[in-house]
Formats: sequence, C-alpha cells, structure tokens
Amino acid sequence: MFKEIFEQYQWDDVKANIYSKTAADVEQALHNQRRTLDDFAALISPAAAPYLQPMAEMSHQRTLQRFGNTMQLYIPLYLSNECQNICTYCGFSLDNKIRRKTLSAAEILQETAVIKEMGYDNVLLVTGEAHQLVGLEYFKKTLQLLRPHFSHISMEVQPMDEADYATLIPLGLHAVLVYQETYHQEDYKKHHPKGRKSSFQYRLETPDRLGRAGIHKMGLGVLIGLEDWRTDSFFTALHLQYLEKKYWQTRYSISFPRLRPFSGGLQPKVEMNDRELVQLICAYRLFNQEVELSISTREQESFRDHIIRLGITSMSAGSRTNPGGYAADQQSLEQFEISDERSAAAIADMLKKSGYEPVWKDWDQVLG
Amino acid sequence: MTQPLTIAGRTFSSRLFTGTGKFASAALMEEALLASGSELVTVALKRVDLQHQADDLLRHLHHPHIQLLPNTSGVRTAKEAVYAAQLAREALDTNWIKLEIHPDPRYLMPDPVETLLAATELVKLGFVVLPYIHADPVLCKRLEDAGVAAVMPLGSPIGSNKGLRTADFLDIIIAQSNVPVVVDAGIGAPSHAAQAMEMGADAVLVNTALAVAKDPVTMAAAFKAGVAAGRMAYEAGLAPTSAQAIASSPLVAFLDEA
Repeated sequence: MFKEIFEQYQWDDVKANIYSKTAADVEQALHNQRRTLDDFAALISPAAAPYLQPMAEMSHQRTLQRFGNTMQLYIPLYLSNECQNICTYCGFSLDNKIRRKTLSAAEILQETAVIKEMGYDNVLLVTGEAHQLVGLEYFKKTLQLLRPHFSHISMEVQPMDEADYATLIPLGLHAVLVYQETYHQEDYKKHHPKGRKSSFQYRLETPDRLGRAGIHKMGLGVLIGLEDWRTDSFFTALHLQYLEKKYWQTRYSISFPRLRPFSGGLQPKVEMNDRELVQLICAYRLFNQEVELSISTREQESFRDHIIRLGITSMSAGSRTNPGGYAADQQSLEQFEISDERSAAAIADMLKKSGYEPVWKDWDQVLG
Repeated sequence: MTQPLTIAGRTFSSRLFTGTGKFASAALMEEALLASGSELVTVALKRVDLQHQADDLLRHLHHPHIQLLPNTSGVRTAKEAVYAAQLAREALDTNWIKLEIHPDPRYLMPDPVETLLAATELVKLGFVVLPYIHADPVLCKRLEDAGVAAVMPLGSPIGSNKGLRTADFLDIIIAQSNVPVVVDAGIGAPSHAAQAMEMGADAVLVNTALAVAKDPVTMAAAFKAGVAAGRMAYEAGLAPTSAQAIASSPLVAFLDEA
C-alpha cells in the first residue's frame, strides 16, 4: 500500500530538498537517460527555471516519439452537483447555496446526444459526492445507459470501495480519476472539514483499491493552489512511481488543475504562473515518457494553443461544468468557470493547423 | 528483381509492412503509405469505428494494393484477443490478424504466455495469425507448431527507434524458422531495415519512424529503398567480413615445407 511509502516522507523535508536544488543538479537531471524522483525534484525546483527552453525541447521530442502527432480529446459530462462535502475551493460544496441537480436517465441521454454530435466518443462522468442519491446503483445504471454510446468511459466521482470498482469495471468503466487535492495532511483537513472526503487516508488509498480491482487507467493529480505545488507534485510523482510498479497493467494520466475562481470562493494560497506550469508539465514528461498528461478548459485559450507541443497528450474542449449544461444550456450551477470557451470543432481545427491529428476514439469496449 | 514474399498464400512484392498510428493526419498517412509501396498495413481495432462504414482512417487506406492487417492492440489476455480478432474479421472482412497482447501499457512488452494461447485458439478458428513477440527463438518455434502464418519478433522496444538490439536472437530465429520472419518494432532508420533484410528477415514492419519523421512521405520512400537494397544484398550473397587482412597461413605453412 502507498500509505507505507508515504509515511517515510516528511512534507518539510521534501520541500527543503526541492528548494535546495542547484543548477548542477538540474544539469545532471537533464543529462540522465533514466531519471529518478530526485531528478524530478531538481526539474520542478526554482533552480530549473532558466532551463525551460531545453526542457521544453526535450519534452516535445519525447512526447512526439511516444504519442506521435496526435491529441486525445475527451469531454466531461456532469451528472450531478449534489454534494455532502464541504470543500473550501469547490462550487459544489455543501455550504454553497446553489440549486442542486442530478440528471435523470432521459436527461443523460439528451446530454449524450449533444456530445455525440460534437464528435466525442470518450466521455468523463463527473459528480459531487452524495452517496444516497448518486451512489453505486446510480453509476451502474448510468454505465449501462451510456455503454452503447461511448467506446471509452471515465469517471471523476467520489472514491469508492474496491468491490464497487470491481462491479463497475465490467459494466464499461475504463478509467477513474481521483485527485488527492493535496498531499499535505493538515492542510487537507482544513480544506475538507466535513463529509466523507475529510478522510485523507481513504482518499490516499483509492488508487490502491482501483489497482486491485483491475482498472485499465487511472488519473492522478493535485489541485494546484492549495499548497506548495512543487512539494505536492513530488508526492504525485512518488505515487505514480509506486503505482506503475505495483499495478503494472494499468495506464496512468496526470492532470494539473489550477484553482479557478467561483462565486464566493477561495483565493489560491500559492499562485502558479504559466511558466511554472510549463516547467511542471515538461518535468513530468522528462521523468516519465509514457504517462498521459491532460489539460482542461480551465486554462486560457492562447496558453492551451501553445501547450499542446510541450508534453500534453489529451485535452477537453467545448466543456460545460454543470449538470444539463449541454442540452439545457443552464450556466448557473457550474463547478468552476471555463476559460477556453471554444467549441470542440474549433479545437480540432486548431490542432490540425498545428500539425496534430485530433483522436476522438482510441479504445473500444469490445477490447475488455 | 528480388523474390516475392508469400504469406498464407498471398504474395507480396513489397517486404515493407507499415502501421497507421501517430501520423499528423489521415491524409498524410495515406500519402506516406503510398510512397512506401507497402502492401500490408496494420490498423489498431481501437482506433477504427467499426459501427460506421465512413471511418476516416479506413477511407484513407482504401487502395487495391493495400491489404489491411487488423491488430489487437489494447487487449491484455488471450480471451480478449480472440474476441477482438473475431470482431475484426466480421467488421473488416479479413481473417488476417496481427496478434498483439501487451498487458504492460508502459513498455508495450508482448506477453508470451497469452500470445501462445491466443495463437493456438485463433489458428483453430481459421485465422491467419501474425503474432508480435519478443525475439525468443523457442517461442517462435512453439508458435510455428501452433500454426501461425509468420512470426513478428521485435528489434528493440516498440517506438524506440533503436534498431536491431536483439540481432543475435533474430539471427537464430531466422536460421531455424519455417515460417516468414517479420522484424517488428524498434526499426528507426532505413539502415536498420536494410540490416534486418541483409540478415535474411523476410520483411520488416515500420510505423513510428515514418509517422514521427519531419517528412513522413520522403522517409517512407527512403525505407522502401532501404528494404529493397537489403533484400537484394541478401539474395546476392554478402561477401564475408573480416576484422583484419588475411595473411598467408603461418600456422600451416610447415605443410608446404619440404
């Protein structure tokens, strides 16, 4: 279990190590063929900032070799904004007075029709955490409903038990994204004071449960802005390295959500600028050639246009972050503000002009 | 002219097989594949939309000289591979299948145990099976016994462009195989392809080196030339190599002494 490895590391020590890295450490890390976690620490450190250009070039080459001139496209489908958690940074938080909505089967199919019309075959189901209303039974029904329509279905919902995952995988669940938000235990408690999400340990052990259940793909990440992003990213890489060795049949992806504003919401404790996000993306690619790196519509249009060459392998487009957002076009219930408002077709066009083939389908339910 | 290659009764004049992944567009892929002269092109089932005939990728592969070789990329077990092959046969109207079972999504290393199981089953079901495997001479013989139409050992890790790192094992496989040997994976340059052909491989399969090249169309033509040159050299019989000039034979000179 990752818990045992995690407990060997102290947040302050990891942070001190990253901030003590020198230009020589960075150069050594760039020189190495197989890079260690300590090399990753050097590449995400402030000392690596002057090396952004060579890092970007290497990241581009390594991504091109592994993934070719392609970009995977996916779209989130928000099923529900019901939530029993209080999270200081989230629009769905229990204490946030918004209208709550959970899609019915008919409404899900209406959303699906719009999404399919855009060309999507790869869908990410998103919910808050409301076990009675949006629990195992709801997910079972939804997967059965959607399986004929999508070749690839992912979920970003509450962490579940191993047996629940084992039930959902044969129904067509292919990937699960579960972000730790922060690996800083005390800060985690501050940001998640109420609800099941307040258990740091249960969330930390979720990837292990997914691995044991035999999930095809899982997504990791932290919410950038809650804590020192460098230290949090080191722990993410540590988690990734552990999981890859232990659950070697599973694919992995990393996301880099930066805290976005919502009404009455939390201001980031730690700002991460665009240069730093590029540094982090490149560092991940230099550390791990095979991991999928994903960018959402939280990021600005011009930033997304440039980032596609630097290591990113999948992106969303035309997203709505509220249940019913595609068919009913209500914007009042959203989880966070979208920055890149372009349609899926406009993103596909941008990709083609940049020499990338937009990939709508890269899996098939018949493959198991 | 070099000898044509026959696999399962089908004759190929080109010994360069190609893949369809990683290209910047389907149109560019088509242009490159035409420049390569390739007559056997592998397609990942997971990338094509089997439910709709108007699939973009397939449309660009619609040429009389190109035979499709569906592959099972993405499956993790023999059972999944057999199921996928059956779907491919139905949807693409071919009983040829490139059997790829790599449960390890990171390095895409083929699983020898599951591959042998699946190959045995697929041959029984009437498929023309071309398994992607490690350069493992014993496994090649076991697959041959199971009835596969060819074997496809790797030259180096897939997508690595590192060339024939497994040359010593490929040499053994080529020497003892009764079915065509197609070197698959890791071929990064026309010189690598030529080397495989000079060694006596029956064909090579190239994908990443074309798709990721700055100019995939010209690179495809370069590979076409490399494969042809390597095969011609093999058939012509390469002159022996020697590390040093051969002196008159001092060790046996005494035999000539009176």
